[in-house]
Order: sequence, then structure tokens, then C-alpha cells
Amino acid sequence: MIEVQHLTKRYGPFTAVDDVSFKAERGEILGFLGPNGAGKTTTMRVLTGYMPPTEGKAIVAGYDVLEQPIEAKRRTGYLPETPPLYPDMTARDYLTFCARIKGVPRSERTSRVGAVMERTRIADVADKHCGKLSKGYRQRVGLAQALLHNPEVLILDEPTAGLDPKQIIETRELIKELGGDHTIILSTHILPEVSQTCNRIVIINRGRVVAVDTPDNLTARLRGSETMYVQLDALGADAGNALSTLPGVTRVSESDRRDSIIGYEVESESGRDIRRDLAASIVGHGWGLLELRPMRLSLEEIFLQVTTEDAAAPEAAVEASVE
Amino acid sequence: MRRRRKPQWRPALSNIWAIAQKELKGYFASPIAYIVIGLFALMFGYFFYALLVYFDRQAMQMAAGGGQSVNVNEQLIRPVFLNANVIFLFVLPMVTMRIYAEEKRSGTIELLLTSPLTDFQIIAGKFAGAMALYAAMLAVTLPHVAVLFWFGNPEWIPIVVTYLGLLLMGGCFISVGLLISSLTKNQIVAVMATFTVFLMLWVINWIASFTGPTTQAVLNYLSITDHLDDFTRGVIDTKHLVYYVSFIALGLYLTMQSVDSERWRG
Repeated sequence: MIEVQHLTKRYGPFTAVDDVSFKAERGEILGFLGPNGAGKTTTMRVLTGYMPPTEGKAIVAGYDVLEQPIEAKRRTGYLPETPPLYPDMTARDYLTFCARIKGVPRSERTSRVGAVMERTRIADVADKHCGKLSKGYRQRVGLAQALLHNPEVLILDEPTAGLDPKQIIETRELIKELGGDHTIILSTHILPEVSQTCNRIVIINRGRVVAVDTPDNLTARLRGSETMYVQLDALGADAGNALSTLPGVTRVSESDRRDSIIGYEVESESGRDIRRDLAASIVGHGWGLLELRPMRLSLEEIFLQVTTEDAAAPEAAVEASVE
Repeated sequence: MRRRRKPQWRPALSNIWAIAQKELKGYFASPIAYIVIGLFALMFGYFFYALLVYFDRQAMQMAAGGGQSVNVNEQLIRPVFLNANVIFLFVLPMVTMRIYAEEKRSGTIELLLTSPLTDFQIIAGKFAGAMALYAAMLAVTLPHVAVLFWFGNPEWIPIVVTYLGLLLMGGCFISVGLLISSLTKNQIVAVMATFTVFLMLWVINWIASFTGPTTQAVLNYLSITDHLDDFTRGVIDTKHLVYYVSFIALGLYLTMQSVDSERWRG
């Protein structure tokens, strides 16, 4: 559905996007994650045909955005970072105008405009001027505009920016709903957003893709080894030493201690499930097992890990982007 | 950017029409249309009054002298419209300054450039919208002319031809304004630059008489307002028609280039 191949965009001497490649399949919601200034908006602008790439190509819904821009644009809905509203138009007039220039047939315009207003919950402000709307409504009118011609591909640049928590949840639900029959790319710098809405994540930093994977795999892959957290009540005993002698365990470190209750992080060879042995050993020693759970990096940690890795070792970043 | 698309006339025209309507509504939704039309009506009214009073005196002197009668077309309508030029010179930059600059400032240009529209359709639509506002300004002058028909007996063909000439001349101004507006985000810059260019195009042949014959011909040819002269006499000369139409086409073409290069620069 969406294919980006070796995309590079330079503004004069500044490289905003550097050899970015990724794909999104039909019906997939792809999260585009990166700090501000990472090149998210630039990549999206190339995908929507707003600007041409310096090198590389982008194919949207089967059409090269540079070779057949009109066909590609017909199949793309785009919500830019700032919703592109005309302040002097009412929301309804604005959407009707958008429907016209997006080629929605005259007979369907009114019903399409009504339908998207319903869907984005803006029907109550339909006859207000866009310039007088709150940030949340403006954002949703912008989203309505992107949905008007029922495009195969939706490109949403920070769709939840400026919304209040309730609206954020509603918008996420809407995006998930749309995910079924639309291919969606959404950018954000808010991490929970991608883990909640996206099937796959592209992490981008300084114009480069540093990781592409599902939220789950990303969490797993970035762990070199498996880590368990165990909390036990073992007064006076050197539990740490005992645990490190278990088969498969590579390292044990104490992470917290409160009186006799100690928490350990137990690392093991990857792919080996040591939970049973761990539990048996603890119980066998007569200690109280209070907690045993696999530790996973939160997206925040992954994000920090990959973005700092990237800064430290550019070679590793290139490898990741080949994926 | 090369487009490999067969021209499809109906959707193209409907896109241009959509943009033109949006532009025209935009003028009337903001104070711009009212200010521009109002100022024009005021100034034109004054010009008309001043020249009418002058014409009246001339007519009475002529009648008293028992000589030939005065010609309303030659001695009133023509000077009125030649003077109206100057008003357009001042007023039209206010119309064109925002055409692109405003879209760039507010980010709505992103909507237009990512919709299935060609650059030409966007530019043609914007041009048509500005032309429609200009036509509305010209419409303000119709009652003045009607009054002359009420009390006098002017020829109508030269008047129609004059309006045609004015539309073409305004088209030139608007295409230049459109080009300048596409070059900047800043409306003040756009309005000043446009005004300067208009003024130059008006006065460029003032120095013509001090130059050699070739330069003189070139300078005279370049002056936008000079080409209006024959139209106000009721003469449609292909030379002037070609000048105006190619001037407009060049302006729109350069605007397309400017919009396209802006894309590449980002």
C-alpha cells in the first residue's frame, strides 16, 4: 500500500530525511515515532506529494507520488501538522469545498460531508467559522477533511496534538476503527499512543530509521537477553548467589531492598524460560516468593535506547534501517 | 515536474471553478472585497464627477461659440477610464497580495497541494477568482455610464470595447500580482513589490522620448496602460490583444514555475 524506498530529502546542506525505507501493508496502522525534528513531517510531506524527494521514491496505493501525483493524491487523505483550515469558512462550507477539490461526485457531497462530520463528532460546530473553533475542534475538522473522499491511505501528522484526554481517546478509537479498511501512517512523539493504536512502529531519529517492528517485537528484540524480576522474602540468606547458580542464568543483580524483602533482576540466555526453575529453587530454599514477572522495556526505554544508540553508533542505525 | 496525465477537461474545469468560487467567497468573507470595491467606487466617483464638470463647461463653451457639438465618448468616457487606470494600479495590489501569501502563512497551501489538483488548476482558479472581484469593481462604473445614456447619446460600441480592454489590462496586473504573491509569505512585501512593479509598468515609457527609436518602441510596447488607448477609442487591434493575452499567459506560467520550484526547495 505504502512503500518508501531510499528516501532522502535535503534542504540545501541540511539533510532532513536520510535514506529512509519502509513499507506498510493494506489495513495496517503504522506509527511514525521520533523526537521533534526527526524528519517525520518531511517524510509525510513527500508521501502526500506536497514536496518531491531529493532522492529515492515513494509509492502510495500503487502510484509513484512523483510520476503520477494526481492518482496518488486521489487515494490519500492527509492531516498536516497544523490543520489547513480557512478561518472565514464554516466547517460545513470548508468540508464541502474540500469534497469538491478531492473529486467527490456532486451527488455524494452532502452525504459524505454529513458522514465525516458524524464520524469525527463535529456536527455540533458545522455552522461555526473555522477560525472560531477550539484547537480540538480544528484538529477534528482537519481529520474530517482527510476522510472525505474515503481514501485508501491516510497520513496523519500528530492527529491527537492539542486534544484533551477524552478527545484523544475518541480519536485513537476512530483511528483504530479506520485501520481495518484504510492504511494509516500516523506520526507522534507521544509513546503510549503508538503502542495503543499501531500495528507496527517506525522509529526515526535525525532523519534515519533506527527501528521498524511491531510494538511487541520491538520490546523483545531490543533486549539482548530475557530478564525476570523476582521479589522474595529471604531474611539473612544470600539469595542472589543462589539464584546465579541456576542453569541458564547469566547475571543476577539486586534492584531494590526493603528490610528483608529483596528484588532481583535475573538475566538469562535468550529463548530460555527459567521461570519454573527459578520458582522451584526459591521455594526449595524456603524463601517467600512475592513476585515473579518478566521485565520488558517500556517504549520510553526502547526509544531512548535506540535514539541514543543511533547518536553513539551510526553504523548500528544503518543496519536497523535495512530491516 | 512532468505530469503524464491525459487532459480531462470536465474535472479540470470543475476544479478551477471550485477554487475560483472559494477565492471569491474569501474576498467577501473578509473586509478586503468591501474595502477595495468601496475605495474604488469613491475614487472613481470623484474622477467621474471632476471630468463631468469639466466636460459640462466645455460643452457650454462649445454651444455658446456655435461650433461643432461635443463628443461624449471622446471627451468624457475615454478620459474617465484612462484615469481609472491609476486607481486600479493602487487597488489591485491589495487584491492580489493575499492570494498565495495568505495560503502559505496559514498552511492551507498544504491542502491545495496535496489534493488531486494540478498547479495549473490552482493558479487558474485563483486568477479567475481575482478577475471576478475585479469585474465586480468594474461593475461599479456601470451606473455612471448608464447616467450618460440617460441624459446623452453616447455610442455603445466603444464603451463595450473599453470594458474589454480594461478586463485585459486588469488581467495583466492580476497575473503579475499573483506571481509576486507566490514568491513570498509576507503580505506587506507582496503588496509593496506588486505596487512597485505596477507603477514601473505604468511609467516605463515616460523616458521613451529621450531614448533612441528602438528603445522607445520597446519601452512603449512594455507599458501596460499604453495598450489600453486604442481600446478606449473603440478599436480592437490584434497587436494589443496579443500583448495582453501573452502578458497574462506569461504571468501565469511564471507563477506555475514559482510554485513548482517552491516545492523543490521545501
